[in-house]
Amino acid sequence: MAVCIAVIAKENYPLYIRSTPMENELKFHYMVHTSLDVVDEKISAMGKALVDQRELYLGLLYPTEDYKVYGYVTNSKVKFVMVVDSSNTALRDNEIRSMFRKLHNSYTDVMCNPFYNPGDRIQSRVFDNMVTSMMIQVC
Amino acid sequence: MEGLTLSDAEQKYYSDLFSYCDIESTKKVVVNGRVLELFRAAQLPNDVVLQIMELCGATRLGYFGRSQFYIALKLVAVAQSGFPLRVESINTVKDLPLPRFVASKNEQESRHAASYSSDSENQGSYSGVIPPPPGRGQVKKGSISHDTVQPRASADQQEPASPIVSPQQSPPTSPHTWRKHNRHSSGGNSERPLAGPGPFWSPFGEAQSGSSAGDAVWSGHSPPPPQENWVSFADTPPTSSLLTMHPASVQDQTTVRTVASATTANEIRRQSSSYDDPWKITDEQRQYYINQFKTIQPDLNGFIPGSAAKEFFTKSKLPILELSHIWELSDFDKDGALTLDEFCAAFHLVVARKNGYDLPEKLPESLMPKLIDLEDAADVGDQPGEVGYSGSPAEAPPSKSPSMPSLNQTWPELNQSSEQWETFSERSSSSQTLTQFDSNIAPADPDTAIVHPVPIRMTPSKIHMQEMELKRTSSDHTNPTSPLLVKPSDLSEENKINSAVKFASGNTVADGYSSSDSFTSDPEQIGSNVTRQRSHSGTSPDNTAPPPPPPRPQPSHSRSSSLDMNRTFTVTTGQQQAGVVAQPPAVPPRPQPSQASGPVVHRPVDADGLMTHTSTSPQQIPEQPNFADFSQFEVLAASNVNEEQDNEAEKHAEVLPSKGTAPLAPPPKPVRRRLKSEDELRPDVDEHTQKTGVLAAVLASQPSIPRSVGKDKKAIQASIRRNKETNTVLARLNSELQQQLKDVLEERISLEVQLEQLRPFSHL
Repeated sequence: MAVCIAVIAKENYPLYIRSTPMENELKFHYMVHTSLDVVDEKISAMGKALVDQRELYLGLLYPTEDYKVYGYVTNSKVKFVMVVDSSNTALRDNEIRSMFRKLHNSYTDVMCNPFYNPGDRIQSRVFDNMVTSMMIQVC
Repeated sequence: MEGLTLSDAEQKYYSDLFSYCDIESTKKVVVNGRVLELFRAAQLPNDVVLQIMELCGATRLGYFGRSQFYIALKLVAVAQSGFPLRVESINTVKDLPLPRFVASKNEQESRHAASYSSDSENQGSYSGVIPPPPGRGQVKKGSISHDTVQPRASADQQEPASPIVSPQQSPPTSPHTWRKHNRHSSGGNSERPLAGPGPFWSPFGEAQSGSSAGDAVWSGHSPPPPQENWVSFADTPPTSSLLTMHPASVQDQTTVRTVASATTANEIRRQSSSYDDPWKITDEQRQYYINQFKTIQPDLNGFIPGSAAKEFFTKSKLPILELSHIWELSDFDKDGALTLDEFCAAFHLVVARKNGYDLPEKLPESLMPKLIDLEDAADVGDQPGEVGYSGSPAEAPPSKSPSMPSLNQTWPELNQSSEQWETFSERSSSSQTLTQFDSNIAPADPDTAIVHPVPIRMTPSKIHMQEMELKRTSSDHTNPTSPLLVKPSDLSEENKINSAVKFASGNTVADGYSSSDSFTSDPEQIGSNVTRQRSHSGTSPDNTAPPPPPPRPQPSHSRSSSLDMNRTFTVTTGQQQAGVVAQPPAVPPRPQPSQASGPVVHRPVDADGLMTHTSTSPQQIPEQPNFADFSQFEVLAASNVNEEQDNEAEKHAEVLPSKGTAPLAPPPKPVRRRLKSEDELRPDVDEHTQKTGVLAAVLASQPSIPRSVGKDKKAIQASIRRNKETNTVLARLNSELQQQLKDVLEERISLEVQLEQLRPFSHL
């Protein structure tokens, strides 16, 4: 479903990027990078109000002809960016939200691991498995 | 390679031999040539010699370090005694005589041996430990560190047992590593040199000492577990932990030896059981893990925080990535802390990893908490820890929610885990008692995909709400007061009721409406409504922004109240305003919604609507004798605001007999007009006012009720009863009206038919 999933830290460096290998990964990296600007824009637009659960999900950041990019930001300004294929039967917003929720949960599990230093790349197998499960079916 | 423990005599003998071979005086490495000569002198077949050399690691290293040399000598002794050459046999074989070397130069050594053996018999205890060959297998250095780091406790135990230790290790030839351990072992602990320094894991040995592995069991047993596993494991524990079994010293060095024996026994058993289940934790291992747990967290029911666990497991020298994976596997509830079971699982995984087992992708069943709980009844008291845990958000509380689903899923699996049941149920019950959440949402514990707790909607169906909201011309936010009103037992409620009354005086229908609701409810309903509304308003902010008024058993209330309100607006002058003001709060619940009530509903909604309605059915209204009677009510209401409800009942009774009068009789009209001067002024709203008058009259009896209720709970209940009575009255009224409506319709139809019949003739 998702073609590329990225976890970006607060300082806008990637903690985790994974794309389906069929495409040139560099393209996805670039898309994620450019989408960060949109994310920042949305975050600042939210204003002073404390973000709640609903606002964590930023929704469609921008669509291209082939792909759609969705964003999600946590309370600690860790961003999840997901690129999905447009040709997919349009994924419902709820599905995207649930995918982000799963991502968020897995991310917090990784954080809970005392052996994980915040700021390191995420190398958890559990996290990888979860991401893989969200990225299958692309062929 | 496991550590080699030598008796005193052996130690001396071996060191002599070592120095003998150490022609280069390196004190560390023995020339291979000399060693080979020595071995040949041992009169062992060549292949045995080669095997010995391989076993002791010399072939791997390419040279004979002291440890290798010692091990080799031991193996020579083993071989000479006829035991099979195994790595473990250097420690397992009891009563091993010193190796005999028949070469001439060995004679003196044999003499030494003889002397040493005699000495050894006298002393009996041994402590010399040979450092394991460096770089041997996957060294479980953590285990090695066990003995050293945590020495104090075990040191005390071993103090009496190892007086020999110090002298053993004091020989000047002891390598530097030994000296280091001499310091450590100065406490009496026969601790083992670590091939690598670094934090030592606390008493691996000590824990083992706690185990009950009997020497007797051990000594006579020389199982052949997979050799490589054996070797690898042997390398890991500090040689101290694996002491050779010497008969004389058995009794003395109980702790140290049992440590070793236990360790090896564990290992052996583990490996033997590995054929069945590689992840099963044996009793000794469990006991050892528990002891380790205690060193970090004395309370067996408590938790080891993540940071402490990190330090602990870092000592094992496994790569951080693997430790991270082990953590992910073992932290079952994803709370960032380890319970005893989780700790045992993690420890076991580390042990396995150090011994070459690959980490599984998911936690093996035998390591899951449930099995662990079964074994140790002493840990059943986990509940307090759990309680405390759930009480205090340990690590990221939000992380708890993610793991909730996992917990939920594992619940069926944990049938046998009483301890876990307690913990989980503790968590779940705690959350359930706090708020009325959905049952499938797990407690505060790390669980769930950040499920937003959805409080159970206690308010009745939204139909009521919507109806009420429709009726409300301007449903304002005074509604929040309405839930608060529904608390007969609180003075605050009284205040709110008063305020509601005040609201009703000036404000919209809704206020009095809602407040009247409070009166109409049963005490139980009120209570339930209160709770429902509280939960509703408190926990479901995303519901209708203005919390709907208290749920009504019947939605007719809005109509009646709105009727009153309309009457208030249209009919009441200053005279009745006060009364009407008071009336809305006491509006009884409407009769059950029915189709007939539809028109009734519509009428009050809008005065205009009423007018149209009345205009459309002018015939029907006069046909309803009740209206006429109601006009009487109006009169009464107009005259006496505080009309008693009994009067209503009487008038209602009067209505009934009047039903028999000709429905078509216009007389009611003049009666109405006569009685209601106000109505003459507003003929358009005549029927409407009559309708309103009905209810107004009904309500008139209750104007004082709200006020009195505000003061007395009993009054409230009395008013509730009265409202109920009015409810029934109105219900009956409604049914009667509907019946009249049907009759009227029938008559109309018949009339039209007649008209039709007549008309054609008229044309003619």
